[in-house]
Amino acid sequence: MSASQVPFASAPLGQPLDRRIWLEHAATALGLCVAGPLLSARATTRRGPSRPTSLITLCLAGGSSQLETWDPHPGHAIGGDTTAIDTRQKGLAIASDYPRTAEIINELSVIRSLVSREGDHQRGVYVVKTGYSPDRTLTHPSVGAILAKERWDPAIEIPQHVSLGRGPQPARGGFLGAQYDAYKIHDPGKALRNIRTRIQAPRQKRRLEGLKIVTESFGRGRIAATNSTQHQLMIDRALSMMNSDQLNAFQIDDESDDTIQLYGDSQFGRGCLVARRLVQAGVRAIEVTLPGWDTHTNNFDGHRQQAQALDPALAALVTELKQHDLLDSTIVLVLGEFGRTPTVNPLDGRDHWPHAFSCLVGGGGLPAGRLIGTTDPSGQKRKPQHPVSIADLFATIIARMGVESQKEVITPIGRPMAYCEGQPIPELL
Amino acid sequence: MTILRRTAVLLLVVVGLLALVQAVAGRPTGEILTPNRLPERFVTIDTAKQLDLWFETRWQNDQIPAADDASELAVLRRLSLALHGTIPSLEELRQFQSDSGDNRLERWTQRLLDDSRYATYFAERLGRALVGAEEGPFLAFRRDRFHAWLADQLAANRPWDRIVTALVTSRGLPTGSPETNFITIAQINDDIDEQVLAGRTIRAFLGQRIDCAQCHDHFFDPRWKQTHFQGLAAFYAPARFTPLGIDDNLEQTFQISDDTDSDSTRLVEPQVPFGQQWLPADGTPRQRLARWLTDPRNLRFDRAIVNRVWGQMFGRPFFSPVDDLPDPGDPATAALDLLAQDFRTHRRELKWLVHAIAASRPFRLDSRTPSPDSSTTDTLAPPELSPDELRRREDAWAVFPLIRLRPEQVIGSMLQAASIKTIDRHSHLFTRARRFFGEQNFVEDYGDLGDEELAEQVGTIPQALLRMNGQLPRELIRSEAFTATRSIARATVGNDPLCLATCFETCLGRKPRAQEQAVFGQWLADTRGRNREQAVEDIFWILFNSPEFSWNH
Repeated sequence: MSASQVPFASAPLGQPLDRRIWLEHAATALGLCVAGPLLSARATTRRGPSRPTSLITLCLAGGSSQLETWDPHPGHAIGGDTTAIDTRQKGLAIASDYPRTAEIINELSVIRSLVSREGDHQRGVYVVKTGYSPDRTLTHPSVGAILAKERWDPAIEIPQHVSLGRGPQPARGGFLGAQYDAYKIHDPGKALRNIRTRIQAPRQKRRLEGLKIVTESFGRGRIAATNSTQHQLMIDRALSMMNSDQLNAFQIDDESDDTIQLYGDSQFGRGCLVARRLVQAGVRAIEVTLPGWDTHTNNFDGHRQQAQALDPALAALVTELKQHDLLDSTIVLVLGEFGRTPTVNPLDGRDHWPHAFSCLVGGGGLPAGRLIGTTDPSGQKRKPQHPVSIADLFATIIARMGVESQKEVITPIGRPMAYCEGQPIPELL
Repeated sequence: MTILRRTAVLLLVVVGLLALVQAVAGRPTGEILTPNRLPERFVTIDTAKQLDLWFETRWQNDQIPAADDASELAVLRRLSLALHGTIPSLEELRQFQSDSGDNRLERWTQRLLDDSRYATYFAERLGRALVGAEEGPFLAFRRDRFHAWLADQLAANRPWDRIVTALVTSRGLPTGSPETNFITIAQINDDIDEQVLAGRTIRAFLGQRIDCAQCHDHFFDPRWKQTHFQGLAAFYAPARFTPLGIDDNLEQTFQISDDTDSDSTRLVEPQVPFGQQWLPADGTPRQRLARWLTDPRNLRFDRAIVNRVWGQMFGRPFFSPVDDLPDPGDPATAALDLLAQDFRTHRRELKWLVHAIAASRPFRLDSRTPSPDSSTTDTLAPPELSPDELRRREDAWAVFPLIRLRPEQVIGSMLQAASIKTIDRHSHLFTRARRFFGEQNFVEDYGDLGDEELAEQVGTIPQALLRMNGQLPRELIRSEAFTATRSIARATVGNDPLCLATCFETCLGRKPRAQEQAVFGQWLADTRGRNREQAVEDIFWILFNSPEFSWNH
């Protein structure tokens, strides 16, 4: 067994192992040095396509309307009040509430024919995070967790899977383990919670020395068992994180007012700005949540208001990623858990519609400017042309990030399970 | 003058209200006492003998040396964590230490079961298998009602088969008949999803996972066919919402479509996957299903709850995953068969089951192995086990496994350690409110495992950060009025060994060892006032962050 196959070496900073797996492998690991982080090629300094790919997902929680965003049908009965504007991408029109996105949308592709079987929020969110329908006997890992596990960067001292903003069901590690859960930041750009000790350094030093004594005392007679808990390992890694310069990626204090304003004066905008900074720091997967899309009433006003947060933030994110030469190595995905009904209900709202909805996806070397699928402007046909499942979308993203999308892993209960059951979308390869 | 009079009246009202709140909030309504002897119905000697013989034979055959017995204080900690979700308070510890009667642990198990904290805590744990832990305010409200109902059943020690029958056959409004939430939680739009109920029924009550048979025959387990799953789901087909809550429409049948692109459906009749002869002919479908599930010949029924309660007691089920058991009679789960058989003959009372597991040798074993010399606990033990050997012994239950405490146990223990007195329903309203809200936030940040809470997990970095730097842990160790740190620091001036011993007993339930005494004793030496309080705060911080605190051992 080479050093890279030793549990701690293959699972470097921040990537612990299941306790049972540890017990299985630790015997082999004993006696070998714990390999330190491989600091040879810091992601922070690399640019362009050679840089390891990251994923930023903008989660439109509540279910954004395809008709008020990327698939408007003005002039048709289903289109409602929404008007459309032309974009920098020839032949592509989007809702006119997105003038700034219209300027950068040529960097991305539009899928107007996403299909899902889940029209309930909780189940729908599960699908758009994992690619699977909920299974009561198993929690699937989110795509971010898969990427964090498979594309781990040992040089990163901060979490490599991050969830920004308050939203339902933050991405989880599922059967890969809680260690791959997204690190949750409820108010991005503000001071991180639980990261700073409130005492002077000498006192902290004394505490840590005392902790070592009590830990050693507990370990007597149960060294292997105590090691298998990885308790001290987690404390050591937490301390590394607390002292890491990379924590600056979570802060926006050193950004100019102009930059902050570029993303819009909103929590979501700050989240997108932090997401860009995290990508620069080498973080593998980031989700930024914008809640408030569940417009069963006043759909049009509601979506107009949502656009005020999404439009500047999305446009600024793509623009800045490009300016920093990071777009070729960063996939940007804009997705809600489902779309909204073509019909407008008596409360001027639209209800849940998983049968044909839209997303934006691009960057990270994916082809730009593609338009995939169409929906029926009359609203008569439920099924879109060229339907694309969420699993297919994720298979595309996972494969683009250099991971075998259908790779089979064994769950903790011994059940073989593919990361993703979809097939990459040919138009995006 | 008028202003003065109004102010005086207002002050009187405020003072009166405060007095009323004080009287109600802190009013003792009956102290829990340790019984002098264990009630006859909870004596489990015969079961324990058989069970211990089974384990000892296994250890002998496999040449596995069992660990020594754990100290009674260590066992008390396990019991308190399993039954109340917290470590024992210093107050309880002192009472336990001064109890010199026979069968102390058995009587204290009964005391813990008599405490309302058992019913409340155990109901929340069992409730996860019955109604899940999904989010959403509406679901949370219904789940709280359900937990309250289940807690009443557990407090009354209602037999498990009767509880399950009440759940499966429940009718009425979810508010007035909270047990109906077992059914309503499977609500999809305005309908009840029979297949969700079928999956939950067979997992929670029979310890089998056949959810995949919803769509196809089980790929890896030829015992389970799609027809089994569909047949079970059909028992729930008549369940429906009415203005008066859940009821049965016996005209309503289970129709399924085999082709998603087609509107054609076929009728599925209620049928059970095995034990057809136990299925009664009379009654509504749900009543028939309940009688089939709870039939004494249905061995899976008792094994399932035995495995789950074992999991609650140890933090790890006897057989994992908790709801995917082999067939009755399988040698790997013979201990479950043995316990299940006696559980059945003891009226299927969960309190009896808790007693039986708590009295078993595996529950009483030390988590250290090989055994250190008990008279010199500070000496280094003989050479350590290899991880493989440790795993072999843990799998054979020849040593108590280290299991990560669940978030509610970690914060429950921190809250308890920060208070010298026991936090229970007799505690002051403010104390209970602080526990309630503090626990909720902490559990959310720590990571709630939901239905999967009995799966083994390692810790995470955010959890370490929360324990080290989190607001609530920081507040709990801060030396201020009514906190344990200040009380201990001030009450022990001039007696450093007592100060240190009290810190350790409050947090870890044991006295400090020699090296700990030497180091921390120096911190306390000649300290007074704020310096002493800081030293006690630091010791509490260390103990809160130690593996001994946040792992069950």
